[in-house]
Amino acid sequence: MKDDVTTDLACKELVEIITDYLEGTLPERDRARFDAHILTCPPCREYVAEMRTTLQLTGRLTVDSISSSARDELLRAYRRMKDSST
Amino acid sequence: MGPVLNAAPLVRDSDAELIERLRHGDEAAFARLIDAYSAPLLRLAVVFVQSRSIAEEVVQETWMAVVTGIGRFEGRSSVKTWLFKILTNIAKTRALRERRTIPFSEFEVDNSDEPAVDPGRFLPASHPQWPHHWATPPQPWSMGPEGTALDRETLAVLRRALEDLPRAQRVVVALRDVHGWPAADVCTALDLSEANQRVLLHRGRSRLRAVLERYFSEAPTLPSPAGGGGKVCNGQSSSDTKQAAQ
Repeated sequence: MKDDVTTDLACKELVEIITDYLEGTLPERDRARFDAHILTCPPCREYVAEMRTTLQLTGRLTVDSISSSARDELLRAYRRMKDSST
Repeated sequence: MGPVLNAAPLVRDSDAELIERLRHGDEAAFARLIDAYSAPLLRLAVVFVQSRSIAEEVVQETWMAVVTGIGRFEGRSSVKTWLFKILTNIAKTRALRERRTIPFSEFEVDNSDEPAVDPGRFLPASHPQWPHHWATPPQPWSMGPEGTALDRETLAVLRRALEDLPRAQRVVVALRDVHGWPAADVCTALDLSEANQRVLLHRGRSRLRAVLERYFSEAPTLPSPAGGGGKVCNGQSSSDTKQAAQ
């Protein structure tokens, strides 16, 4: 069992299963192989760190929304609807 | 556990409570709903109609449909799912009118091979010691502190890279990583299987990382960490530790 876990993962494979790893959908055994691999492979550790950084930066991208005049118009429409139903 | 994202709930109230408030004309609740969902709705609308101004109209129409249709909401799905269904219907009708229908198949994953990293960066399968391990390993990134010009430039590069992603990847990455949607909601809104959602997410994220890597390797950097650039390290310097760990 232990040997299975330490069966080395190739770096080329790691970069393809990293999303499953980060999503928490990797089967237990592959997860253990992944963890074992990054423990001893600095470039892959760097790769994982870069992917996490990418996600954090993407999370900081601001999002355009509707204009404030469009928003006001919607609130007015909602008010009208409310008034007409009472 | 998944990555740390801005995954705070978009609307705090429970759906049932929210609907109740909307039905009773609670304007603040409606305003909160608009503020929470307009951006993701817009992001999704753009996918269908491709023009920002028409996408805005689609979102506006969606909200109008909510205003008039709140009484008909039966609570069988979440408010979010309900909103996205309305938007999808309106956007598709609108796209059809413009003859720019985006077929649903566009969100299917093609089977073409799209490696996350250029295969040339790995040692060949025939390598006697380290087949498929790094030949050209990733180098550490030196980023500017948050709020600096360098930091803003990085975000601008990333934003452009996101816009340049193939449509399906762009939508999935935007909904997941910019808007912080859970995977299940993305699958529902786009009618995607979980596996396909993950493939699109993986491809999109991998491309973004690659763009950033290129950017950081080309940008004039702060005093950089030692080493740099060589094609020698294949990451096995600690192979002894690896053996020892067994």
